[in-house]
Amino acid sequence: METINNLLINIAHGIRGFILSYGATGDAADLLMTVVAAAILLGIIGFVGLYGIYAERKIAGFFQERYGPNRVGPYGLLQSVADGLKLIGKEDLRPAGADPWVFTAAPYVVLTPAVMVWAVLPFSKNIVAVDLNIGILYVVAVSSVTTLGLLMAGWGSNNKYSLLGGMRSVAQMISYEIPLVFSLMGVIMITGSLNLSDIVAAQERVWFIVPQILGFLVFVCAATAELNRVPFDLTEGESELTAGTYTEYSGMRWALFFAAEYANLFAVSAIATTFFLGGWQGPLLPPYLWFFIKTCGMIFFFMWLRWTLPRFRIDQVLNFGWKLLLPLSIANIFITGIGHYLLG
Amino acid sequence: MLKTQELTLNVGPQHPATHGVFRVILTLDGENVVDAKPVVGYLHRGIEKLAEGGTYLQALPLTDRLDYVSAMCNNLAYVQTVEKLLEVEVPERAEYIRVIMAELSRIASHLIFTGTFSLDLGAFTPLLYCFRTRELILDLFEAVSGQRMTFSYIRFGGVAKDLPDGFEEKCREALGMVRKNIDDLNTILTGNEIFQARCRGVGVLDPELAVEYGVTGPILRASGVRYDVRKDDPYGIYDRFDFEVPTGTNGDTLDRYLVRVAEMGQSARIIEQALDQLPKGEVAAKVPRNVKPVVGEAYHHIEGPRGDLGFFVVSDGSPKPYRWRVRSPAFVNISVLPELVRGLKVADLVAILASLDPVLGEIDR
Repeated sequence: METINNLLINIAHGIRGFILSYGATGDAADLLMTVVAAAILLGIIGFVGLYGIYAERKIAGFFQERYGPNRVGPYGLLQSVADGLKLIGKEDLRPAGADPWVFTAAPYVVLTPAVMVWAVLPFSKNIVAVDLNIGILYVVAVSSVTTLGLLMAGWGSNNKYSLLGGMRSVAQMISYEIPLVFSLMGVIMITGSLNLSDIVAAQERVWFIVPQILGFLVFVCAATAELNRVPFDLTEGESELTAGTYTEYSGMRWALFFAAEYANLFAVSAIATTFFLGGWQGPLLPPYLWFFIKTCGMIFFFMWLRWTLPRFRIDQVLNFGWKLLLPLSIANIFITGIGHYLLG
Repeated sequence: MLKTQELTLNVGPQHPATHGVFRVILTLDGENVVDAKPVVGYLHRGIEKLAEGGTYLQALPLTDRLDYVSAMCNNLAYVQTVEKLLEVEVPERAEYIRVIMAELSRIASHLIFTGTFSLDLGAFTPLLYCFRTRELILDLFEAVSGQRMTFSYIRFGGVAKDLPDGFEEKCREALGMVRKNIDDLNTILTGNEIFQARCRGVGVLDPELAVEYGVTGPILRASGVRYDVRKDDPYGIYDRFDFEVPTGTNGDTLDRYLVRVAEMGQSARIIEQALDQLPKGEVAAKVPRNVKPVVGEAYHHIEGPRGDLGFFVVSDGSPKPYRWRVRSPAFVNISVLPELVRGLKVADLVAILASLDPVLGEIDR
């Protein structure tokens, strides 16, 4: 049991030993290990991007009484790979009137924070790329950069639909960032730490979803909005804005936006798992498997929403954020504070 | 110093929410619609002129291409107009088959409306539920006429051929699915909080304005005007059936949706009655292939899925119609669009446009 639980850690130790055996100093080995960790994370993100899309399509098929992809590879497992190859092969189009720098940079500005968030995710006990003591502050700070990328895409495309989409994304993301942060505050107050590993460790007896149910609900709503998913997918708003911010993007640049979307989806689900669902804690199975199962459960929930609900209108989105979620999240902080004072 | 400027946005002719090649020139103030100007004509094929170039029968396939999601109703309206000129007696059985086909067509058309309407509101799944059910109806049409979209099944003096074996069971089965589909819709869509928020009080069309614009069909009834050609100017054998005309009270987008969903149920009722009463006998009167009506003119209208569908045919005694004209309900209904969207949001425009249920084949002709 211990061996399986520590499988990944032992592999890491093995790699480190391998580096040391070539005469590297301890510091140099640590530096190299960071590079290795980054490479592994990028690999996982690529995998999540490809199979997140596959899962979405299969789940959509399941909800809509159809098959979903089932032609490329067994059960259509290679469909996303084929699509990715096709996107790489497409012409690199840039509209004549677009701002070359802003248009080109936008996909990277969106993708980079999505990847950076992964650095602090605690996948299991002692498995985290960077164990930051201000972990959640870092996550919140980094992920808000995404807005900038979407606005750049909207502005740089020189297309009215894109511009409207970009405007919507700014209005929406800024409105939901605040309740998102506030909803996490309760957990931080209980644990007294911003470190994600500490937060998981504090949930050994009871998951925070129980005392922080209000915080969890606000978090899920705000996170859906931050992810630009139905019912908050106004940035894309297919029926009115064709593809919103992404209208002018095609080929690999568009694929980067897509990869960022699924990297974000996984990251947000992982944060929900870490904060409210006990992270990697769980009986019998190895911890990293527990983490994976819970995260996938959250991803399934977000996909479930997407294939069930219609879309909000922009003024309704803003009303919901400012007039409902924000007061609720503040109320949650007060309730937590009082509870903490009385019990702790 | 902050300066604001109005934005002119060209929606269409290629756009996901225009249900074809429809174009709206929007003037926007941020997300708010200041003005909307519909532009039609991108699908103009000159059908009315084409019809005058051929025989009466050759004009029949052209009617399939008007409102292509409910071609049976177009066939029926045109055929009954010519029958008025010819003064032929249609056999009982044919009349019943016509009613069944027209009402199935109405259900199929309303299913498309419901599906695309929910899609335009951002909900993808109901679309596929509706199309799944519509598929059963298309299968019935295929069994009857050999075609899925363009039937030309209803002919002068009757219908092209008799119903195939086992039609009745399959038809009842399809109606069961329609009823189940309505329940599904009520579960997944109608009661949904977001759906209600998007539809309630959006694009209110008051009855006076609706009548002034000549709006007909479910849109008019959603505004509370109980006008249905099947009841008010009965044609064929519609006076024999027991059915209700659902109406709305507010005339908003939600009512336009609810009226159509209720109409599907009523159509299913009519079809069941028609299947129960279906007599045996001939399905077509003896009418020459090349009809030559006497000199004169005829106007006839029926209740199509989109409203009051009328045909005006003038005969000069030759085998070709002298004048052939369609009163297409979708064209009249779409003209009310600018009145409804002023002051609302862009997303409302999409919802309202979808609730008017335009079919461009009929608007542009």
